Amino acid sequence: MKFTKDHEWVSLDGDIATVGISKHAADALGDVVFVEVPEVGKTVSKGDSFAVVESVKAASDVYAPVSGEVIESNDALSGAPETVNADPETGGWFAKIKISDASQLDALLDQAAYDEFLTTL
Amino acid sequence: MTDETLKTTPLNAAHRALGARMVGFGGYDMPVQYEGVLAEHRWTREHAGLFDVSHMGQCRISGADAIAQFERFVPGDYQVLKAGRQKYSLLLNAEGGIIDDLMAGKPDHDGLFVVVNAGNKDEDFAFWSANLAGDAKLTILDDRSLIAIQGPEAAAVMVAHEPVLAEMGFMDTARLMLFGVDCFVSRSGYTGEDGYEISVPNADAERIWNTILEDARVKPIGLGARDSLRLEAGLPLHGHDIDATTSPVEGALTFALSKSRKEAADFNGAERILKELADGPSRVRIALIVKEGAPAREGAEIADMDGNVIGKITSGGPSPTLGRNIAMGYAPPVYAELGTDLKVIVRGKAAAAEVVATPFVAQRYYRKPKA
Repeated sequence: MKFTKDHEWVSLDGDIATVGISKHAADALGDVVFVEVPEVGKTVSKGDSFAVVESVKAASDVYAPVSGEVIESNDALSGAPETVNADPETGGWFAKIKISDASQLDALLDQAAYDEFLTTL
Repeated sequence: MTDETLKTTPLNAAHRALGARMVGFGGYDMPVQYEGVLAEHRWTREHAGLFDVSHMGQCRISGADAIAQFERFVPGDYQVLKAGRQKYSLLLNAEGGIIDDLMAGKPDHDGLFVVVNAGNKDEDFAFWSANLAGDAKLTILDDRSLIAIQGPEAAAVMVAHEPVLAEMGFMDTARLMLFGVDCFVSRSGYTGEDGYEISVPNADAERIWNTILEDARVKPIGLGARDSLRLEAGLPLHGHDIDATTSPVEGALTFALSKSRKEAADFNGAERILKELADGPSRVRIALIVKEGAPAREGAEIADMDGNVIGKITSGGPSPTLGRNIAMGYAPPVYAELGTDLKVIVRGKAAAAEVVATPFVAQRYYRKPKA
C-alpha cells in the first residue's frame, strides 16, 4: 500500500489500483456522513478531485492518487458512509482505477515514509 | 498546536485534558469535539451535554436609564419584562439590520444581564459604549465564564446540586449562590433541549465544570455538536443565517418584535421593519429538508423547479436525529409556504428539497405549570 501527502492510499493488483483515504484522514475528518464516489467509466488524472467525503461539519475533496479509468466504485458507502471511519484502509475503499503505467506509484510514499510524514504534521 | 493569535477560555486546559480537538472559533481556541460530533449530538438529545461557551460576551447594562437606552436598539419590550425573566432580542443598526442576536434578562434589580455572540462581542460592546446615553452604563463581564448544560437529564443533574433550580421555568433567570459562588443562571440554551446557562467567576470555572462532569449523565460537548443541535432546533446562527444586512422580518424572527414597540416604532430600523411587516420582505429565511444526495451547506444555491436560482443556503448539514439532511436559507416569500418543492444545487447537481417548518426536531423546553 502506498500513500499521498493528501492522505489517499493506493493498493495495486496487476493494473488495478484500489484507492481510498488513510486512517489518519478518516480520524481527522471525524464522523463521515456522506461519500460521493466517482462514476464508473470516468477518466481521472492524478491530483484531480475525484470524490467527496463529508463529515457533520464540512465537505472535503478526495484527490486521485493515480491516473486512469474508474472501473468500479464502492457504492456501499452511500448507504454506510461510516465504513470510512470504521475500516478506512480496506472496506472503506472509494474506487478501483485501471492504470496504464504502474510507475506512477513510484513517487508515492510507502507505509514507513507516510508514517514518518505524519509525525511532521 | 495552539494558534498564538487565539484567545483561550479558563477551561482550555480542561478541554485538552479531556482529549478535545481544538479549533479557532470567534477568535478563541475552542473544543470542536471530544468523542465525536455524532456521539456528542446524540448524548445531548438523550442525556445531558456540558458546553463551554465562555467565548460568548457577557455584560451588564445598568443605571436608571438602562432599559430605555437598551431599548433604542432592540425591538423587544424590556420595560414590561418581569424580574427573573429573560428575552431573546436583536441588536439593530439604523437600517434595521441585525448587528447581533442576544439574550437579555433581569436576574436581579441591577438593570440587564446580557449575553452576546463571541464573534460580535467587541463590536456590540463598542456600539453600546458609543451609543448608550444618560444614566446607562455598560460593564463587560470578562471576569466570568459561561457554561451550558443541555438535554433531558440536565435539570435532574443541576437540581441535585441546587434544588431551587427546579423552580425555574424556560427563560427564567436568576442570580444565586451555586457551587459556593455568585452565579447568573438562566433556564435556556441553544440546542432545543431543556437546560441551563450558568455564568460563573473565571477562577471557579474549572472546578464547577469538573464538578458537573462527575455526574455520569453528563458528557462534554464540542462546538461541532452545538452547531448540529442548534440547526435541528431551527435556531439561526449570526454571521451565517442572519447578519447586519438581514432584518428581523427577513430572518423570520418577528416573534422578537414586541407589539408595544411596533406601535411606538421607536427603535433602530423601525421604518424598514414596519414597512416589511406591512408589504412583505423581498426574501425570507426558510427551512428545507434535502430529500436526496449530499448535505446542502452554506453557499449552496436554492432553485425553483424550473432551475431558476432564487436564493442561497446559509447553513445546513446532516440531522443526526432525523437521519436526513436539513438546511436553512433565503428565498422570496412566494417560495416560503410549507410543502413547497424546491431544488438545492450541490457541486453542480440539483437535489430535491421541500420547505418545512422549524424546529426540525421538536423543542423540549421546560415550561412551568401555571400556578
